[in-house]
Amino acid sequence: MSLMSGVRVLVGTRKGAFILTADGTRERWDISGPHFPGWEIYHLKGSPVEPARLYASQTSDWFGQQIQRSSDGGKNWEPMGNEFSYDGIPGTHQWYDGTQHPWEFKRVWHLEPSLRDPETVYAGAEDAALFRTTDGGKSWRELPGLRTHASGPQWQPGAGGMCLHTILLDPVQPDRIFVAISAAGTFRSDDGGQNWRPINRGLHSEYIPNPTAEVGHCVHRIAMHPSRPNVLFMQKHWDVMRSEDAGDSWREVSGDLPSDFGFPINVHAHEPETVYVVPIKSDSEHFPPDGKLRVYRSRTGGNEWEALTKGLPQSNCYVNVLRDAMAVDSLDECGIYFGTTGGQVYGSADAGDTWTAIVRDLPGVLSVEVQTLP
Amino acid sequence: MIRVVLPHHLRTLARVGAEVELPVEGAVTPRSILDALESAYPMLRGTMRDHATQERRSLVRFFVCGQDVSHESPDMTLPAAIGAGAEPFFVMGAIAGG
Repeated sequence: MSLMSGVRVLVGTRKGAFILTADGTRERWDISGPHFPGWEIYHLKGSPVEPARLYASQTSDWFGQQIQRSSDGGKNWEPMGNEFSYDGIPGTHQWYDGTQHPWEFKRVWHLEPSLRDPETVYAGAEDAALFRTTDGGKSWRELPGLRTHASGPQWQPGAGGMCLHTILLDPVQPDRIFVAISAAGTFRSDDGGQNWRPINRGLHSEYIPNPTAEVGHCVHRIAMHPSRPNVLFMQKHWDVMRSEDAGDSWREVSGDLPSDFGFPINVHAHEPETVYVVPIKSDSEHFPPDGKLRVYRSRTGGNEWEALTKGLPQSNCYVNVLRDAMAVDSLDECGIYFGTTGGQVYGSADAGDTWTAIVRDLPGVLSVEVQTLP
Repeated sequence: MIRVVLPHHLRTLARVGAEVELPVEGAVTPRSILDALESAYPMLRGTMRDHATQERRSLVRFFVCGQDVSHESPDMTLPAAIGAGAEPFFVMGAIAGG
């Protein structure tokens, strides 16, 4: 590990964004922020090909959606285009009471910069749709093939809204994109986002009467290791799942977890079979079982899990960890980070063996990303 | 010049102080004021009214001379004191949430 290397952790919260930086030892942290104080920052993410280029989703129930862009690693920001219009007549989806309800844009949950071009970014929206900019955020156009899939009228909002919250870009097949929507499920495009198909075979959700339902599953998060993009991991509403075939089929790998309900899931930067989840007691009680905040790690790609507790509160802890609030760096000793609804951001510089609170009293954390800097 | 008072979050977004001054051509109405405001500060587009329909966002309110005109026509003629700059046009966030 070079002593010059470092990490930049991008934290979106209910009341602004924070940027945490450290050198490669990850022992001493500099904290900047709040950026955009008072605004909800659902997500920030940097371009893999131009790390100083950051994008942020800034939202407000009062004043709507903003997209902010930085060209200097988050020191300065400028507002970009904020018009997200559905292509054509938006149509309807299923509402909570089973009636049909018109698609209405509310906010951008997730921004996924292209693996190849710093000007291209994908945006996952609520109500669920995928948008793309190719001019660095000045203008956004929907990729309507997803929303207009024949199953669209059966999609329904989860408790957090009908959000497109996960976008995975395949590093091997550039035209392959995976997305996940609550509560519709997981979808894959093999042609750059023009056409989509649901990839939910093997998922079982008790609240859906049809055991082989194509859509309607509340997928909370999916993850992949870039060296092996056909292997996907999923944290569903209940159940941790695994696919060997790019989502064509799934099998459960919850194994010995104390609860298989949760939100985030992530893969170790250098070990494609090492997976992390944060079990939550239940869909009705969104906090860790027994008041103990435990990350669970599987080194076998699922089924056998170990609790990681050192440095995490093991009594009276009733925070949640949201779906976009866990990330891994790619330093030689893989670092892992997560943020809580109680405003703590925890980091581990040894793949989860030990943890420290980088910061304890931020607003509720919505998202955590990390950039590994040269 | 027309005076417009913006709520805190729109001030930080547009990087302006509590009050901005704008020239407004023709009839002084909520629509003509918002058109001038958005033209001078493009980042405010979509924050007070919908991009496409131009409908007021539901949690945004407009006040003039102590009166709530949020539910009036965007083409209503505003009092002369607004056009003369004696009184400001207030944009406010509705009281809701925390």
